[in-house]
Amino acid sequence: MITYGGNLDKPKIQVSNVNLWYSDFQALKNVHCSLRERSITAIIGPSGCGKSTLLRALNRMNDLIEGVRTTGEVIIDGNNILDPGTDLVTLRKKVGMVFQRPNPFPLSIYENIVFGPKIHGGVRGKGHFESIVEEALHSVSLWDELKDKLHTSALDLSLEQKQRLCIARLIAVKSDIVLMDEPCSALDPQATQRIEELIRELKKNYTIVIVTHNMQQAARISDETGFMLLGELIEFDKTEDIFTKPKEKSTEDYITGRFG
Amino acid sequence: MERHFHQELKELKEDLLKMGSLVETAIHDAVSGLVSRDSKLAERTIKEDEKINTREISIEKKCLQLLALQQPMAADLRFIVSTLQIIKDLERMGDQAVNIAERALILNQEPPVKPFIDLPKMATLVESMLKDSLDAFVNRDVKKARNVCEGDDQVDNYNEKIFHELLSIMIKDQTTVSRAVYLILIGRSLERIADHATNIAEDVIYMVEGRVIKHHAEEKEQSAL
Repeated sequence: MITYGGNLDKPKIQVSNVNLWYSDFQALKNVHCSLRERSITAIIGPSGCGKSTLLRALNRMNDLIEGVRTTGEVIIDGNNILDPGTDLVTLRKKVGMVFQRPNPFPLSIYENIVFGPKIHGGVRGKGHFESIVEEALHSVSLWDELKDKLHTSALDLSLEQKQRLCIARLIAVKSDIVLMDEPCSALDPQATQRIEELIRELKKNYTIVIVTHNMQQAARISDETGFMLLGELIEFDKTEDIFTKPKEKSTEDYITGRFG
Repeated sequence: MERHFHQELKELKEDLLKMGSLVETAIHDAVSGLVSRDSKLAERTIKEDEKINTREISIEKKCLQLLALQQPMAADLRFIVSTLQIIKDLERMGDQAVNIAERALILNQEPPVKPFIDLPKMATLVESMLKDSLDAFVNRDVKKARNVCEGDDQVDNYNEKIFHELLSIMIKDQTTVSRAVYLILIGRSLERIADHATNIAEDVIYMVEGRVIKHHAEEKEQSAL
């Protein structure tokens, strides 16, 4: 049985009437959705449908692309993060992101994790950072295997360990929303399964939004699923309903592989 | 391009229809064997039941393979799950046809209790319910499926009527008891077949609309909210 974190009367993220253009191309069209706190929301849809764009709109990562224009509202904890006055450093600390290819810094495991806390929290005692490292690595089940080589390069880790480390970095800066863009697509099936278990664990404390091409993955781990097509959020509902009885024909066609 | 998987679903549908038509024949032969006192027909029903059973197993196997290998979703998932349910109902209908046939073989050896009046009418209704439920399945026809569900009450009424009629015959003339009991059991078998046809119709509604209507499940869910 699926358990939800927060309720929808007070969504963690409220997306209202969001439109986004890359120069002349409209990548998001009038998107509305409410995301629950401490739940996993999956966004699915064919390549180019706008799902990664929607994900990146939630922490303004699209701002890094030239010629982007966004309208509408993305309310997170009561603040419209699309406001020009939004402090992007604080926003991205709160709303962290995990990418398709794990991207550890070319530093030691230890330095990867304390990098964020040092920037955000200034210089503190060594013990303070050590406890952050231990806690973050514990949360992603890496502590036992890595505790004796914290000062070796993070680049020597396996892909799965690197991805876990990237998640640990978010935990270290106390993000409370985690955006994941195809977080398992570089991993083998066993590693994928373990990362999925980790994502489920993280749900206890975090609000997670995941973009995936893997429909079975969306079905396995998410509480709610949104289906996107050509920039529109066609259908957004409980995952169990989307995958057993979708309301829209295009959702049905996509998830049963009858597309096009 | 059509997926290979969807071709396999079409084949599955055809297999189910073939099984359905074997069951239709089994019921028809069993009832005709009784009404026209033709034991050859009844024997055929008993003999052919093995084919129905074999089909149930092969269709079930195919469904499990498709579930495991293709991870179907949405309408495809509902189609396979409905098929798994429907073949159980068809197989049970086949068994009830055999029950009717076995009793017909005994009754055909003895003088009739009374002319058949309601039983053939009841059988015709039951057979049409099965036919309509299978048609509804093929054509994804929810309206027809709902009609099948409504037919069930009529069948129950026939069953009651036949039961009471035979009961009074038994009371008046004790030499009819064993024959009348067999006839009552035949009525009961037809009534069960109609219940299975209703189940199939309910599965069709689930398959098409994704709604569970049996046992008034939706109403209960609504009132629980």
